[in-house]
Amino acid sequence: MNNYSTFGTALHRLAILCYVVFALFPLFWLLKVSVTPNDLLYSEGVRMWPSRMSFEHFRFVLAHSAFPVFFRNSLIVAGATAVIVTLLASLSGYALSRFTFRGKYWLVALMLLTQMFPLVMLVAPIFKMLSPLGLTNSLTGLVVVYTAFNIPFATFLMQSFFDGIPKELEEAAKIDGATQFMAFRQIVLPLTLPGIAATLGFVFTAAWSELLFALMLISGNSAATFPVGLLTFVSKFSVDFGQMMAAGVLALIPACLFFLFIQRYLVQGLTAGAVKG
Amino acid sequence: MVFDATAGFPETRRRSLVDRITRQAEPYLYTAPALILIVTIMLAPLVLGLSYAFRDVHLLNPFSGGYVGLDHFRTLYDDDNFYRALRNTLWWTGASVLLQFVFGLILALLLDRPFAGRAIAQALVFLPWAVPTFLTGLNWAWLFNPVIGPLPHWLYALGLMNEPANILSNPQLAMWGPIIANVWWGIPFFAITLLAALQAIPRDLYEAAAIDGAGAFRRFTSITLPFLAPTIAITVLLRTVWISNFADLIIVMTSGGPADRTQIVASYIFTQAFRALDFGYASAIALVLLVLLLAYSMLIVMLRQVLMDRA
Repeated sequence: MNNYSTFGTALHRLAILCYVVFALFPLFWLLKVSVTPNDLLYSEGVRMWPSRMSFEHFRFVLAHSAFPVFFRNSLIVAGATAVIVTLLASLSGYALSRFTFRGKYWLVALMLLTQMFPLVMLVAPIFKMLSPLGLTNSLTGLVVVYTAFNIPFATFLMQSFFDGIPKELEEAAKIDGATQFMAFRQIVLPLTLPGIAATLGFVFTAAWSELLFALMLISGNSAATFPVGLLTFVSKFSVDFGQMMAAGVLALIPACLFFLFIQRYLVQGLTAGAVKG
Repeated sequence: MVFDATAGFPETRRRSLVDRITRQAEPYLYTAPALILIVTIMLAPLVLGLSYAFRDVHLLNPFSGGYVGLDHFRTLYDDDNFYRALRNTLWWTGASVLLQFVFGLILALLLDRPFAGRAIAQALVFLPWAVPTFLTGLNWAWLFNPVIGPLPHWLYALGLMNEPANILSNPQLAMWGPIIANVWWGIPFFAITLLAALQAIPRDLYEAAAIDGAGAFRRFTSITLPFLAPTIAITVLLRTVWISNFADLIIVMTSGGPADRTQIVASYIFTQAFRALDFGYASAIALVLLVLLLAYSMLIVMLRQVLMDRA
């Protein structure tokens, strides 16, 4: 029996190790190639770590390419989207959590519907709608589109955080003469700060990763976000692997930071919209 | 006193009326910005897109836009690429969901057991979920590339390949590239949701079953699975819809090639809109996809009804 359980434990640890290796290996390879000098890239073949490290690719990408611009554009778009969505979703999430009102059922149904239908079918009509408004090839246009796409999911997420806060707190405040909005702003919101942070993180990550609408709406370098810039770079200079991977590592940094940030709320986040990627 | 009472009465009454109106309007004020955005940026383009399906809309042709009736659907009916994309969608969705679910469930079961360093292991295995999808696609495309990646060389060394070649350029195997990338990226999603469901199972059930002499396998089939069943059903069904619409990885890794062998319906729509700039045809395909997904959702709802009636 004892033998069996030590064997089982060993098997368990081994399985975990396999998962960790599988999860990290692609990222490790990305990092490895990004620090491999060009002259060793092809000569050393499949080797786990180059015999000599160099940051030349990073230096090149940061100093002589448009990636800093892409990075800045993506930061602006993802940051603005995250802030606006969180603001609006905390209002609508609060309404869903605390009020019963006519049409609530339909509002929830509409929001669930937006999580189900293929967003890719909006690519063409949204382009047609935004282009006379001058919102194609503009960061503002992207922020507007991403805000709308993320609001339903963020609303459900914020609702789940508000549901966890007892109603009695607001009722006590209202007895003391506060309006519902005052109670919301001064009592409920401060208590939901961790939830607000998580929502910011989720929306930021989603906006940072979005590719298809950015490809369709943006042409040219000046307003390109990171995914658009990286894909254009890949199709143009498909032999500069070191530089491409150095750029990839840069794109990974904010995503990893926000992941650490929202780790504790993964379960709530993934079940909120039920379908968010 | 009397004066006070008569003066105060209409005042409080008026305030209470205003109060009532504000209270009535309050939830609508809170939800209005979200609702307006959803209607203008999602619902309106959806309706506009549906109208494109019956019109000739080319981005570069200023004279386009006329009504063409069912022409796009007639073209679609004879479009072999579309049927191939449909078959590929089934293949892509089925393989991705099945593998993500199986490996996600195993991971959740492994993580459900306490061990030293669990928090760190959990953070590391969930990390792929945070990697942006465009980077996931590129990263795996590089791993499959014999010039820069190790995978072809390993497959060759194992005798699975005649020469270190890129599977993404092999029409027979290309679909495995995006599927593997998708599995890598999607395992955490299933693991996270299933782990949450696992941890909600009361522990004393297991103890009681163990006392009654139930073995590990019996405990799994009689306690764990029945408890997980609702979560499994919901996540698998919803994920199926989501993944069948998920074109990012394919567009990044193969753009539907080689010879359209990895083209799914969603990427076909995007390619028609983005490369061919044929918005009308793209919208017609999108309409068909929407109808198929609606049919699938109806099927789920009916299935649920049947299961609930039986229970």
